[in-house]
Amino acid sequence: MNRRDSIRSLFLGSMVGGLALESCVTSSGETLSKKVWDYQYGRTPEEKAYDEELLNQQFFEDTEIATLTRLANLILPPSPEGTIEEAGVPEFIEFIVKDFPTLQTRMRGGLMWLKNHCNRNYGKAFVQCSEDEQFAVLDQIAYPDPNAKEQKQEVQFFSLVRNLVLTGYFTSEKGIQELGYQGNQPNVWDGVPDDVLKDHGMEYDPEWTSKFLNVDTRNEIAQWDDQGNLIS
Amino acid sequence: MQIIENPTQYDVVIVGSGAGGGMATKILAEAGLKVAVIEAGPFFDPANPEQQTQLKWPYESPRRGAGSTRAFGEFDMAYGGWEIEGEPYNQIGNSKFDWFRSRMLGGRTNHWGRISLRFGPRDFKSKDRDGLGENWPISYEDIKPYYDKVDQLIGVFGSKEDLPNEPDGYFLPPPKPRLHELYYKKGAEKTGVKVIPSRLSILTKRINNERGVCFYCRQCSRSCSVYADFSSGSCLIFPAQKSKGQVDLYVNSMVREVTVNDQGKATGVLYINKEDRQEYRVTGKVVVLAASACSTARILLNSKSAMHPNGLGNSSGMIGHYLHDSTGTDRMAFVPEMMNRKRYNEDGVGGMHLYSPWWLDNKKLDFPRGYHIEVWGGMGMPSYGTAFNPNDLNKYLGLTVGGYGNGLREDVKKFYGSVMGMSGRGESIARYENYCEIDPTAVDEFGIPVLRFNYQWSDYERKQSRHMHDTFEEIIHNMGGIVLGEKPGADKDYGLLNPGRIIHEVGTTRMGSNPDTSVVNEFEQMHDVKNVFIVDAGPFVSQADKNPTWTILALAWRTSDFIIDALKKQNI
Repeated sequence: MNRRDSIRSLFLGSMVGGLALESCVTSSGETLSKKVWDYQYGRTPEEKAYDEELLNQQFFEDTEIATLTRLANLILPPSPEGTIEEAGVPEFIEFIVKDFPTLQTRMRGGLMWLKNHCNRNYGKAFVQCSEDEQFAVLDQIAYPDPNAKEQKQEVQFFSLVRNLVLTGYFTSEKGIQELGYQGNQPNVWDGVPDDVLKDHGMEYDPEWTSKFLNVDTRNEIAQWDDQGNLIS
Repeated sequence: MQIIENPTQYDVVIVGSGAGGGMATKILAEAGLKVAVIEAGPFFDPANPEQQTQLKWPYESPRRGAGSTRAFGEFDMAYGGWEIEGEPYNQIGNSKFDWFRSRMLGGRTNHWGRISLRFGPRDFKSKDRDGLGENWPISYEDIKPYYDKVDQLIGVFGSKEDLPNEPDGYFLPPPKPRLHELYYKKGAEKTGVKVIPSRLSILTKRINNERGVCFYCRQCSRSCSVYADFSSGSCLIFPAQKSKGQVDLYVNSMVREVTVNDQGKATGVLYINKEDRQEYRVTGKVVVLAASACSTARILLNSKSAMHPNGLGNSSGMIGHYLHDSTGTDRMAFVPEMMNRKRYNEDGVGGMHLYSPWWLDNKKLDFPRGYHIEVWGGMGMPSYGTAFNPNDLNKYLGLTVGGYGNGLREDVKKFYGSVMGMSGRGESIARYENYCEIDPTAVDEFGIPVLRFNYQWSDYERKQSRHMHDTFEEIIHNMGGIVLGEKPGADKDYGLLNPGRIIHEVGTTRMGSNPDTSVVNEFEQMHDVKNVFIVDAGPFVSQADKNPTWTILALAWRTSDFIIDALKKQNI
């Protein structure tokens, strides 16, 4: 059956089915931030409306975004493989703290700590500090003690920023390329490459070999005998 | 407000469109019957580009795949989750039952793991072995012909193993294991744990011209746009719409109760249309409930009438009781030999390529029943959370943890694909004391009284979970891996997850030959109401350590044949 047939036999419980699709257009419909995001990925109308609501709010102040962007560039300095900006990391962080509101105080409070710390020690904001001064700040907060039961607030803050920066980067197009992930596309899986098996000292169990799929016959329609043995 | 009457008189009204409802729809419509399917969520077709999430990249979303809108990440194809706005449920005392619902055509079949295991001969008669729980009124031989038919209709890959309690079927060939699965196999076999190719309802080979063949994107949880995995909509409901019967789908329609006549016989259902919030009535000669174990119990308990004062078909008082979910706990491992991996596409199918069925004899153990082990890992598609704690594993290598700068890029690349995990999924004991019931103090946004749960694990399940962790640690050690995380102790129930987390809840309308201690007979027909049938997992007497879907499908087919026969003979 084609899609139209299945929709033809679809009965909405009432005649107002179209409303749900319209409801994602809010009163501020014109100002929807398509300037920043234009996503199409199978969201329900409710999810789309929620995303648009978040995209139309701003959580971080400009100075906070500037600080985060600088931090992000220290965590992952620009490389030929890709930059924080190319990966949309600042925009991602702005969105995700609205999506997970429990992150908000930790992020804002951490940024305030950073501001106070730099004011006290250098008499200026973090972004105005020299690179050496910035390194000096990070050296104090970037190394959690792996054996400690709890980490200090500023160390936790930096770990959170580092996590968001790295996950933002490695889920971007550039970051995925750099990571070397090669899937998410139609293909045929026929086992681990021979050289990899050899490198790991592995082989396919000879007793199992006859069980596996012969990928060449996968488009022939399966048939079985009465005992459930595949005969095609 | 008046109830809006639907003038059509159906042969069968089916509530729910997941595995059980889908199968009933297919079989009953093919017999030429006029069928109404009432689904609480919207229409869904995985081939619809507007709904499709398959093959989308994380950067196509502003949240990069995070789980704030859907419990398993925003690309997962379950509209719903453990919490649904406007549809609360409550707990009794310190009970912590987590109830997962998916509101859409096809229900939870759109995102499930496709692990398609038959119950074995022992699973239907477990009480004979350990005196616990209850036996099923049917045996493996009763259901075997239907398992055979389900295999061939829907398609499942696997291998013939001739094991005593893991019956073979009509299998498609399984895919070869991935690298981390070979490590698991090595470690498990050294530990004495059996490993066999997994059994998943994914088409590694074509079974007809309507459905496509797997193209190995590992995204069955997003529901396959070429219908190469089993989802109830694409594999059962859509074909049913093409058959000689009439199938009318009512979506966004939340059933409140089953209506009855003066003789106490069912006449149809009342539902709330979620869009106009009006109440509608649909009538039919037979009502088939397939709303999921707990939703069906809720509908029945809310269907009170003069003839059925405790809820429809509840003269035994058993509805809601014997609720049980699979046991579950997980553990992760770091395998140093899998650092700095050569890159290649190892997506494979959506799920593991091999697993361990239960392999031990309980006589030598301090808990009843068994569990199977699922395996996960590999160089998967990045998503929100990827590269969190990028180099924590350095502590096992004597290297620095934390830091900043481009060394982090190298750390993330170094560890990519070197962490894997295993999950134990086991059989709990069905107990009268674990139940759901109507909470008289609360309604959902549609004004329908909601459920409250009372569920406690016993030491049987806790000890099973402890055994799982002992086994995981031994396997990890034997494959040259490093166990991650602390071993959960007694204070944490040995890592046993909350009931409901494994999403295999069953047993609320259990099957039996005695109407005083069971709700339906062996054909899933209510003892008290002959024209009401239950084809979800409510009738399960026990769980086995098997995922319930394949048994739901086989039983629903068997019940549908019974309904067709009874309608022909005018017996109901």
